[in-house]
Amino acid sequence: MTTTTFADRQVELTDDGFFADPSQWSEDLVPALAAADGIDELTDDHWTVIRFMRKEYLENGTGPNVRAHGKTSGYTEKQLYKLFPKGPAKVAARLAGISKPRGCI
Amino acid sequence: MPRNIVILGGGTGGTLTANRLRKHFKPSDAVISVVDKNRYHIYQPGLLFVPFGLAYADDLIRPRERQFKKGIDFYESEVDHVDIEGRKVFLDDGRALAYDALIIATGARIVPEETEGLTGDGWMEKMFTFYDAPGATALARAYNEFEGGRIVVNVADMPIKCPVAPLEFCFLTDWYFQEKGIRDKVEITYVTPLDNAFTKPRAASALAGLLDEKGVKLVTEFNTGEVDGPGGRLISYDEREVPFDLAVVIPVHSGAEFVGRSEGLGDALDFVETDKHTLQSKASPAIFAIGDAANLPASKAGSVSHFEGEILVENVIRFLADKELDASFDGHANCFIETGFSKALLIDFNYNQEPVEGHYPTKVGMPLLKESRLNHLGKLMFQWFYWHSLLPGRDIPGINPDMPTSGKHLN
Repeated sequence: MTTTTFADRQVELTDDGFFADPSQWSEDLVPALAAADGIDELTDDHWTVIRFMRKEYLENGTGPNVRAHGKTSGYTEKQLYKLFPKGPAKVAARLAGISKPRGCI
Repeated sequence: MPRNIVILGGGTGGTLTANRLRKHFKPSDAVISVVDKNRYHIYQPGLLFVPFGLAYADDLIRPRERQFKKGIDFYESEVDHVDIEGRKVFLDDGRALAYDALIIATGARIVPEETEGLTGDGWMEKMFTFYDAPGATALARAYNEFEGGRIVVNVADMPIKCPVAPLEFCFLTDWYFQEKGIRDKVEITYVTPLDNAFTKPRAASALAGLLDEKGVKLVTEFNTGEVDGPGGRLISYDEREVPFDLAVVIPVHSGAEFVGRSEGLGDALDFVETDKHTLQSKASPAIFAIGDAANLPASKAGSVSHFEGEILVENVIRFLADKELDASFDGHANCFIETGFSKALLIDFNYNQEPVEGHYPTKVGMPLLKESRLNHLGKLMFQWFYWHSLLPGRDIPGINPDMPTSGKHLN
């Protein structure tokens, strides 16, 4: 667990960079979080995906994996990777301030 | 009037549930019906051994109806959809079955056509899967003829049935080509979407260590976007490539198609939305799900269906009697991991407890997370227990639904 500052706000992150407490997140943090993940320009498509992740998390307790995401968000898996080249499930989850999507075992 | 209990799917979960319910209810109290699309019950854990000539697909298959106790009605049909409000199941042939309680046990299916290129040029020639009988049999021929080159074992995406099977496949591939005397001509690479060999830290590190020991390369966080048969390449969505001469791909999985056609029943991948402790569907109190068909955060494995069975049957009985459900399923899973050379590992875990070292079921049991011959014998013996004890719905002495902790090294 580490404490990091984004947009002058202190937040607790897990060791792999996800929000330890999703209630510390708000939308004004997103540009700074995006920059930290190498995304300099946030498009409307990015925002749609981030809000979708947040909503899924609040309803189901976990963000969707990329395939489920591709079937429900209106974006194909390929488009999601164009938006979040380093991995849509993880990066969009970090930007949406939610915990690491559960790897199903 | 007898109550109508309808069970969709006559595999591991459906069969053991039907038999346990039949033991509990007199024929005058309940009519029990099972629907399945075909008449053949396959022992799925045996498919792993087919490509290595250690089992034959025909020996893994038995008639479905013969696994049911007397007094269970069998319908051979696809399911069209479930009318949740009307409490009816509509079959493909137009018949409708009314139910007081419905149990969905239709498992998970592989969907190779969902991955670009996988079922194109080279499918069943240089790209295979061992997750069904035709694939495992074709792969046995290909392995027998293989003279050297690059083999990749690729999990296209999670969730999959038996998440340890691809690792076992790597270990057995190493053993097989050593036995053949050409291991030095074979490069084996395990390509996974996970960030390590397995999901949970202690098991992941033990299994990654075994891959390394056996000379199997590990490529992680690889989400397969395309399989290029003619070019011999796996291509990830983030545009990385892994070349191959022979690819063994575990295709993406979905739930049964009728789940998608039944409004409100399933999630995006057609798995039934299910309460993880009571096994009741979130769509209706009269619907329950068992095994791979459910969207629980547990392994998709036969042992999970086995452990769920007792609690599920108790809850169906309670539901029909208007009693409060028993919320006691803890996500218990128990898997043998074949590692080649007549050895195997055993892992035992649940929703909260990751696999650790120690012994199962107690301090004097089988070693956990450690290779041993005893575990290998356990794995082989399990097939007998499957047909003669697990499917008939008998309890196996000492093996209980709740995960035991007494033999585990918990810190």
